[in-house]
Amino acid sequence: MPDIADTQLGLRRRVRPGEILIVSLLRLAAVASIFITVGIVVSLLMPALDFFEQVRVFDFLTGTDWRPNLAPQAFGVLPLVGGTLMTTLVGLLVAVPFGLGAAMYLSEYASRGLRRKLKPVLELLAGVPSVVYGFFALQFITPVVLRDWFGVEVDFTNALSAGIVLGIMIVPTVASLSEDAMSAVPHALRQGSFAMGANRMQTTLRVVFPAATSGIAAAIVLGLSRAVGETMIVALAAGSRPNLSADVREGMQTMTGYIANTASGENVVGSLSYNTLFAVGLLLFAITLVINIISIALVRRLREAY
Amino acid sequence: MAVAAPQRAPEAPTQLRPGRGRDRSPLSLFFVAGLWLSLALAIVFLMTLILTTAIDGAPRLDANLFTEYDSTLFPEKTGARAGILGTMWLMVATALLAVPLGIAAALYLEEFADGRRWYNRLIELNLQNLAAVPSVIYGMLAVAFMSLVGRNQTDIVIGGALALALLILPVIIITTREAIRAVPTEIRDASLALGATPWQTAWRQVLPSAVPGISTGTILALSRAIGEAAPLLLLGVAVSVRFDPNGLLSAFTALPIQVFNWTAASQDEYKTAAAAAIIVLLTMVLLLNGLAIYIRNHFQRRW
Repeated sequence: MPDIADTQLGLRRRVRPGEILIVSLLRLAAVASIFITVGIVVSLLMPALDFFEQVRVFDFLTGTDWRPNLAPQAFGVLPLVGGTLMTTLVGLLVAVPFGLGAAMYLSEYASRGLRRKLKPVLELLAGVPSVVYGFFALQFITPVVLRDWFGVEVDFTNALSAGIVLGIMIVPTVASLSEDAMSAVPHALRQGSFAMGANRMQTTLRVVFPAATSGIAAAIVLGLSRAVGETMIVALAAGSRPNLSADVREGMQTMTGYIANTASGENVVGSLSYNTLFAVGLLLFAITLVINIISIALVRRLREAY
Repeated sequence: MAVAAPQRAPEAPTQLRPGRGRDRSPLSLFFVAGLWLSLALAIVFLMTLILTTAIDGAPRLDANLFTEYDSTLFPEKTGARAGILGTMWLMVATALLAVPLGIAAALYLEEFADGRRWYNRLIELNLQNLAAVPSVIYGMLAVAFMSLVGRNQTDIVIGGALALALLILPVIIITTREAIRAVPTEIRDASLALGATPWQTAWRQVLPSAVPGISTGTILALSRAIGEAAPLLLLGVAVSVRFDPNGLLSAFTALPIQVFNWTAASQDEYKTAAAAAIIVLLTMVLLLNGLAIYIRNHFQRRW
């Protein structure tokens, strides 16, 4: 990036106190973002540590029984992790093919004018509030699409409809980043492919797609991170029953769903059930952090490629 | 949301196209149809969502929805007045917190920071991660912050605005940086050559040129913020608020919270009210999105 203060003109030699003050203030604003991360870690860790004084970390991470409110209490988080896993899996099965399909069309087939018309529609899809998607999953996808149209026997709340809607919600994320990655592939590669007699489909699948893999992978991983962290859809449509099951037709509570359902009830600050929220929140933050780091590393590789 | 989008390759001077006949083989026609279907699905889904919700909610799009408070006794005339006003308060307060901070940080990172220094790279990495942190987590952060400054009541406008501002800050910084980066270096060089200081250059040349891009990004971020319910749930924002919010320290409820509670309620009257409230919420979000797209198409300069 162009560094104004450090050009060969030697503008830095003249000391301007006002400028230094302003730049320090701007720097403070940038550094504030670091404080946000530190704040998140501290605010999750403090109550979570209280929680882990009463529940062993090992029992929390490996237990298959989640009963925080009923005696005898049990704090095995695996059913919630399983719920998150199932809804995310369904979501990716929807988002990856459709997101990539949309990206390939926009990047390789659509004219510039058409692309300019279609992209705002995708952005709109990304702009719909997630609570609205949750309502739609509960009121339309489950009763009409799944039960009436496809005849799937699903519970009133189930991982399948939550996952499908979750997938549609992250289609724009996957599509827009993959499209960026594919558009960044140099035109010389396409020209070479066409010159060898390949048609557009062959060029897209065998030249552009492989050249953009790391960017596409980053897009999918970022979509994964959003699916894991999405709250309102699963809170409404996936159910509020911890259920360690692979049957997506059943209702199952996810990590975020537990946080939302518990937080909307009454909680005494400092109580065990209140601290449970933060323990689950910490786990959620850790999981998304790992996913995000993978995504960022993939984007780095893409940048180095060309 | 474009997190660190790679630079787009320059558009080829002429439209690239293989021989026409080659694109007409059955397999490749089938392939294009598949791609078309992916895009069509997204559009059909959006239309269906809007249409079915509009049909569900139409009977309750009456005056009561806008003038009445939430009612537990009469579900058939429960209203979203407190939610609509709360969401507007929230939007303004969030913008006031997040926009100046976001622009200042972006200006520093693009114009003054040495990108090779480790701390500036750390900030960059940190922002990319923050943009993808789940929104519920920001609710927890806001709760902790409020108790740090001695406020036990967290379901107030400033609490909600704090959570949402922190949530959209990384997005605002990232989009603002992209807008600033799009301003050509020649403008900076010319300004410096005429004797302007680095700050004068940034404030009088770079920032004004980037305003359309910045406002587009900011408005899109705000439209995302007003639809968020998850962080507000953590703050304990309740649905049954029967008064208008009258300040930053006033308890409030927001439209997405009302939608959530009414959807989760068992009576059908509440579901209808939820659909009607969704139409109001979607209208607000679509208006903001439309405004952002309008600004992008009509004011954005291309160099």
